[in-house]
This record gives sequence, C-alpha cells and structure tokens, in this order.
Amino acid sequence: MSKQNLQLTPEGRLKHFLTIEGLNAEILTEILDTAETFESMPKGVNKYPVLMGKTVVNLFFENSTRTRSTFELAATRLSAEVLNMDIERSSTSKGESLLDTINNLEAMNVDMFVVRHDQSGAAHFIAQHTPPHISIINAGDGQHAHPTQAMLDMFTIRQHHKDFSTLKVAIVGDVLHSRVARSQIQALNMLGVKEIRVIAPKTLLPAQIESLGVKIYLDMTEGLDDIDIIMMLRLQKERMNSAFLASESEYYKCFGLTEERLSLAKKGALVMHPGPINRGLEIASAVADGEQSLILQQVHNGIAVRMAIMSMIIQPK
Amino acid sequence: MKRIEIKYGRIIDPANNIDEIGSLYIDDGKIAAIFDEPHGFNADEIIEAKHAIVCAGFIDLSARLREPGQTHKATFATEIKAAASAGITSLCLPPDTLPVIDTPAVVELIKDKAEKLHYPQVYPIGALTQGLGGKKLSAMLALKSAGCIAVSNANSPLENLVILRRAMEYAAGHDLTLFYRPDEPSLSQKGCAHEGIFATHYGLPAIPEAAESIAVDQCLELAKLTDCRIHFSQISSRRSIIKIQQAHKYGLDVTVDVAIHQLLLSEQDIEPFNSAYHVIPPFRGEDDKKHLQKSVATGIINAICSDHQPHDLDAKLGAFSETESGISSLETLLPLTLKLVETSVLSLSEAIACLTLKPAEILGIKAGALTQGMSADVCVFNPDKRWQVNDENWLSAGKNTPYWGQTLKGRVTHTFQQGQLIYTLEK
Repeated sequence: MSKQNLQLTPEGRLKHFLTIEGLNAEILTEILDTAETFESMPKGVNKYPVLMGKTVVNLFFENSTRTRSTFELAATRLSAEVLNMDIERSSTSKGESLLDTINNLEAMNVDMFVVRHDQSGAAHFIAQHTPPHISIINAGDGQHAHPTQAMLDMFTIRQHHKDFSTLKVAIVGDVLHSRVARSQIQALNMLGVKEIRVIAPKTLLPAQIESLGVKIYLDMTEGLDDIDIIMMLRLQKERMNSAFLASESEYYKCFGLTEERLSLAKKGALVMHPGPINRGLEIASAVADGEQSLILQQVHNGIAVRMAIMSMIIQPK
Repeated sequence: MKRIEIKYGRIIDPANNIDEIGSLYIDDGKIAAIFDEPHGFNADEIIEAKHAIVCAGFIDLSARLREPGQTHKATFATEIKAAASAGITSLCLPPDTLPVIDTPAVVELIKDKAEKLHYPQVYPIGALTQGLGGKKLSAMLALKSAGCIAVSNANSPLENLVILRRAMEYAAGHDLTLFYRPDEPSLSQKGCAHEGIFATHYGLPAIPEAAESIAVDQCLELAKLTDCRIHFSQISSRRSIIKIQQAHKYGLDVTVDVAIHQLLLSEQDIEPFNSAYHVIPPFRGEDDKKHLQKSVATGIINAICSDHQPHDLDAKLGAFSETESGISSLETLLPLTLKLVETSVLSLSEAIACLTLKPAEILGIKAGALTQGMSADVCVFNPDKRWQVNDENWLSAGKNTPYWGQTLKGRVTHTFQQGQLIYTLEK
C-alpha cells in the first residue's frame, strides 16, 4: 500500500501526528522518552515555555470531554494559548464544509489543530489543506486512528516492561469499530512486541484483520493464555441494536473481563482500557479497580505523552 | 457530403476479421470501402494515418454527462468534446439525471441538446421506476418510443424483489433490455470501500463482495422466470462472474460490462484517503481484478465501458467517505485499455472489440464495425503517443481521476461520427 509521508518533514521529523502508520520505532521511542522527561520533572514544576506564544485549537467535531481536557491541559502546561471549538456536525453537514471551517480558523493565526472527527481520514484531509506552518494532531478520526491514545498506552506499558520484544498482548472487544485498536496494533508492531492477539466475536472483527499483523481468537479462554497485557476496548451499547451482538449479558458472559478470566492470563498480567469503561459489560469492577489495572495511570499519562508529541511537532530538530 | 480517404493506417475491424494496413474510404457519411478504392472515388480530404490504428468509433455503455440538472459538474458541451477527443462516437446515458430520465420530455431534451452540439449518437437509458424511486414502474413504452435504448435503475435500489420481477416482465414485454448494476443495499449500506485489507486498515465503511454477487444471483433467477434480457453493468467481483458463468451454462443469455478502471486498479492501489479513488462499486481485491481481466479475455465480460462520472471540485473535497463517488474517465478509456494490450491481457483486436463491436451487439445497434455501407463512425489513434493527464490536455469538466498528472500511452488523432470529422488532435 502506498504511503504518504504527509506527517514527516523531509528530514524525517514529525510535522503532523495523524497515524502511527508510516512512522518508525525511533520516532515512537523519542515520543516515549520525551514524555518521560516531562513525567519525571520534580513535583511543582508543571509549566514549560515550549509553546509560548503559540495557539492551539482543539477542533472537536465529535464529543469527547476527556480527550479534549487532556489535550487542553497538555497545551496549557506547554504555555500555549488554547482555543476550544466544539463543532456540531449537524451544522457542518448543513452547508459549511470541513474546508470552510478550517479556512475560517486559519485566518485566526493558529499554529496547531487538534482534530477529532467522526469520519476516517478527516485529519489527513485537513493536513492536506492547511498551509505548511500549521500542524495537525489527530485526536481520533472515525474508525481509522487514534495515535495519541496508542502512544499513551505504549508509555504506560513501558513503565512496567522495559522490553517490548518479550510481550504478548491481547486486544479484546469491538475491533471493527475501533480506531484505538488500529493504532495500538500498529504501535505495538512497530515497537516489536512478540505477539498481538485480537479477541472478539466474529461480528466485531473487520475483514482480513490478520493483515495488520495479529492473530484472531474468538474465545477468551484460549486467547488470554500466556498473555502479558490485556487491552480492553470500549463497547458502544448501540451495537446491540444493529445485530452485531445478542445482548449485554451474553457479551459479558463471552468477552467480559472478570477476575476469573484474568487469572487465565500470565500471572500479574496488566489490564488497560482507553475509557470510559462500561462496568459489567466489558469489564468487571473488581478488575477495573483491581491491582493489575492501569486504567487511571493511562489517563494520567495522557497528559505527558500529548505534551511530548506537541513539543516534538512544534520544534522539529 | 465530403469524400474522405484515410490512408496508410493499420485498419483493425474485429467484426470483419480485418487487421491490415490500407485505406479506408468514407462517402456520404458511410463506409464506402476498405482497401480497394471505389470506382470514381475522388477524395475531398486525405488523412494520412501512418503508424496509426484505424478502427470503428468507440461505444460507451455508461457515461454521465450531468445534464440536465448538474451543470455545475459538467455539461453536454464539455463532455461531448471530451468524448470526441477520446474516439467515442456513441454514448449511453444512465437515467440518474435531474430530473430523472423517466418521461419522454427528458429524453427529447437530451436528444435536442446532443443534436445542437452535432453529436447525435447519444442513447438515453430510461428509468426502470418512476423517479428511480424503486416503487412504481416507469412508462417504458413511452420511453422506448421517445428513444430510450434500454432501461435501468442506475445505482438506486429497488424496494424489493417483487418490483424487480414486475419491472423485468414489463420491460421484456416491450422488448427492452434491463441494464442492471447489481447491489444489495442492505449489505452495502453506506460503504465506500471494498471489504478487505484497505478498508480494514483505514477504518472505512466497507462493502462486501457478496453485496454484488447476491444481487447478481437474484437477478439471474428472475431473468429465468421473466425472460427479460439482462445486461449487467460495471461488474466488480469475482463471485459475480462465477454466477454469470453458471447462468450461461444453463442457457441464460446475459451480457456484462466492466468499468475500465476496475481492470487496472485494486484496493491495494488506493492512495490512503485520496478521494479520486472513491468509486462505486469500489476497487476490489487483487484476485477480483485478475479474474475480471481473465473474464474479459475469455469473453464472459463482453464490453469495457468508461463509467464516466465527472465531478466538480467540491464533490471530492472532504473525508473519503463523505466525498461523492465516481471517476472522470472518458479520456482515459483508450489509453487504459491499451495497457491491457501491453500487459498481454488482450490482443489489440480483442481490446478494440470490447470498445466497439461488443457494445454495439449489446445495444443492438448498427455500429461498432467498418462494414461497407455502415455509418462512418471511425477512430484513428496513435497507440504509442504519450501524453500527460493535465489541464492542457484534458477536456472533461471533471478532473476527478486517479490518473491525474500521470503520463499515459495512446492518443486519438481523428474521430469521425457519421462521416463528420468531430475531433482532430492539434499537433
């Protein structure tokens, strides 16, 4: 498949951050290292002049309080001015095109757009149609990619396992509709994990998913065997209404992560979830709040990782 | 009328098994002779076609000219020029115009526009159902009398199979061929890419191959029941071809066309999120593409069409799934078909037959051949001439093609329609 190096400068530095695809292990590692320096700063130091005088626009065409807040915090801690724009999709579909929206904002002299959109490829499209001095960070586009989430997940994993090459990872749940899963798979492969499995009902697996470099399991018992990291995905409750699944209780019975199921994985296996979690649907409270859960740590790490990405983009070495 | 001699060209006429260098004589708008000069023939004009191919003008089974109703995308004036420059001398127009081709008035409007532009050979395809709504039958007899060459519901779904059955019976009663673009909407939904590696990778709403092959199957069963003549338009999947092959075995006489780009591109060629590649049916897998190529060679697929769909710039600006589907493809029809010759998928003669003789047979029109006495629809092209797809060379108002900027081989130098020179390449 042909690759666009839209997100890299001719020198191979980050210009935009749209997807994990087309990047390399060095860049990913640099992001993780940079995030670590932010994370390891002494307590009380949480403001850096990296984006002083820059304006970051959070352009959210799809609701997300959590992701937006962490981006906002990250930009503020880097001393940027932040403008939050929540754009109702209904109003853009009724006339104003995506391009018009972007053009209007461009006129305000901004430096970076953080974009979330419900259509795959929207961030790419914006990156292709903005002038070169503006950088785009993809905060989730349709079912395509959510690369900052994937990177904060990698960061969280690295805090516990220095060496990716020994890890067996299972991604569980609605892979079909998940941009998080696609980006996680690409990042994990790029960082050289030993094995990636996807565990899901057949209705929630996209065609030829093996081509992304994963093994398919339709059953938790087999799929969790010998696994180091379990990455749960959020299940949208609407899936019950469109014949993807029979019922919430049956899904929980088959794919819910209970303490009993967790014990099937490697001893001390870590549990992750991009949030917000559906307790009792995809994960048991005892697991979500348990010792092996990294869920809150993920949320915490989101800020440092997003600071790292923003600072790398704005200061290409 | 002018007498014209086209000399020194390599005349290829699959209808008469001709492939030889010589002269073609046109008189009074008709093919007067080939090779041997008719008695007393004094050419008013001589065209030298050294190193060029001389063949019948191409017949395109599906080209949207966007009139009436969508002149912001293209007009008859722009697209007819583009067609003439591509060697196309007959155009079949799908009924999804605005308003839809479901009344004689719209048919007459189209015929009028074409006449005024001195390009009389446009063949409107009438709507199968009123407004293409998929519910009520259109007045097919009236449409046929007004000049519709076939009926079709274009890309719009029919409400259910009973409607399709009745429409087929009704069309058969008026001896009209149904042009059917098979698609089961409940399976294709709002998909914009083939359910395969590309859609999975980029998280795009996908259309499974079965959305097409199931619809082919249903249509074939109903064809058997109703005796309606079926022509499948723009087939894209391997499974569809297998179904059609089986139907041939039990004696069902259905014909098939394929859009030229489906023979050259698969999902693996799509540039991520480049809306120029957004086309319906979508680019399928490599296997499908290879099977389609093979089927053209073996004749299961009868004809190659452009499936021309010019768009304005805005229609293609946006996230992939939100852009309009379709490729502007009149002008790439010949060079892309020649790629199949270069890669030994087809012989030159077979390739020309797919653009001339075969579509003429499907339409039941006297065209697509260089037989003496037939209307002189002639295309002269240089198979080796390279040209770049760019603003300077491009005539269609729609610039939406994945080939934009590329250099292609094969260029039309002269096009005659009914003996009239309608296009000459400026050197």
